Amino acid sequence: MEHFFSLLVRSIFVDNMIFAFFLGMCSYLAVSKTVKTSLGLGIAVTFVLLITVPVDYLLQTKVLDASGILGVDLTFLSFILFIAVIAGMVQLVEMFVERFSPSLYAALGIFLPLIAVNCAIMGASLFMQQRILMPAENSQSITNIGDCFAYALGSGIGWTLAIVCLAAIREKMAYSDVPKPLQGLGITFITVGLMAMAFMCFSGLTL
Amino acid sequence: MSLFSKENGAVFTGPLNINNPIAVQVLGICSALAVTSQLKPAIVMGLSVTVITAFANVIISLIRKTIPNRIRIIVQLVVVAALVTIVSNILKAYVYDVSVQLSVYVGLIITNCILMGRLEAFALQNGPWESFLDGVGNGLGYAVILVIVGFVRELLGSGTLLGFTIIPSSVLMENGGLYLHNGMMTMPAMALIILACVIWAHRSINDKEK
Repeated sequence: MEHFFSLLVRSIFVDNMIFAFFLGMCSYLAVSKTVKTSLGLGIAVTFVLLITVPVDYLLQTKVLDASGILGVDLTFLSFILFIAVIAGMVQLVEMFVERFSPSLYAALGIFLPLIAVNCAIMGASLFMQQRILMPAENSQSITNIGDCFAYALGSGIGWTLAIVCLAAIREKMAYSDVPKPLQGLGITFITVGLMAMAFMCFSGLTL
Repeated sequence: MSLFSKENGAVFTGPLNINNPIAVQVLGICSALAVTSQLKPAIVMGLSVTVITAFANVIISLIRKTIPNRIRIIVQLVVVAALVTIVSNILKAYVYDVSVQLSVYVGLIITNCILMGRLEAFALQNGPWESFLDGVGNGLGYAVILVIVGFVRELLGSGTLLGFTIIPSSVLMENGGLYLHNGMMTMPAMALIILACVIWAHRSINDKEK
């Protein structure tokens, strides 16, 4: 249980998807114009993460690994299998959002199907694959499916936190006087860089 | 149309400067930031992306008339994932230390927005040769930015380039000199700020030309 919370908190603050690994930057920069839309996208990403990481964990340990049901080491197929799981799940979420929240569906537009190619989702699965190999006493190791849920939830919350913070800053920044070539993308990068520096102070965090 | 006509030349050179995938189209930022703390992984990553973009463009362009529109994203992802698997295994076989440094970011080429963007916007409408040029051009445009950021970060962060010492150790503070390595440069946050400066310079130069 202790390990569960340690994983959860560390993946929100220390191993933050955006500030430590730059995953999911494309939609992070493009959708973070208003707080409401970015919160919606954050929740959608968290939801997809919560399904795909445990599914990919089961595929990795029970099917692809040499000790799995096939008895052959098929880990080189992991990229193709993981992306297929992710693309299928995103299709499902898209239908869900369209049915229950048409306004969010319209606001997210093209970025909803693009969650499939959001690096944060694929990145979480690939990091999970690396963490399985870590020794069990390592604070980042993933040894069972419960750890997978903690890691996926933490990464999702961390990503949501990052995008909502940036959206709030950008809403205020619309009124400031920024040099012309730096407007838009340039100043957003500098803002994210400063936020990443602020998050670096969590790096000594232990539970 | 001949193979090296003017239009094809524009397809190739456009992404290198005025239509750069990172600085102008804002695609493929994730890996551009993460692998640039040293120059060598940045170069390897740029070359891998170039190769994968070029061949994915050619394959999709060859089968573009037979792909049903509704499932084209899945088809594209599978083609790209197969190419990335090949490149990742080649890297592991020949440059193992770099592939360890790149860790998950080789796998993340699959979800690199440059690939999907070029496949959707170019390869689905154009023939194989134009698509190949477009892929190489965009891949190199991406590599150029990676190399610039990697150059600055490695030089100022650890005083080396490709592992060779550039700033002599006699000027270092611990040896009685006045210079101190800027440890900030090797941290993730500085990659964002350097990239912002590159974009700033790129935009102010291109605006003047207009």
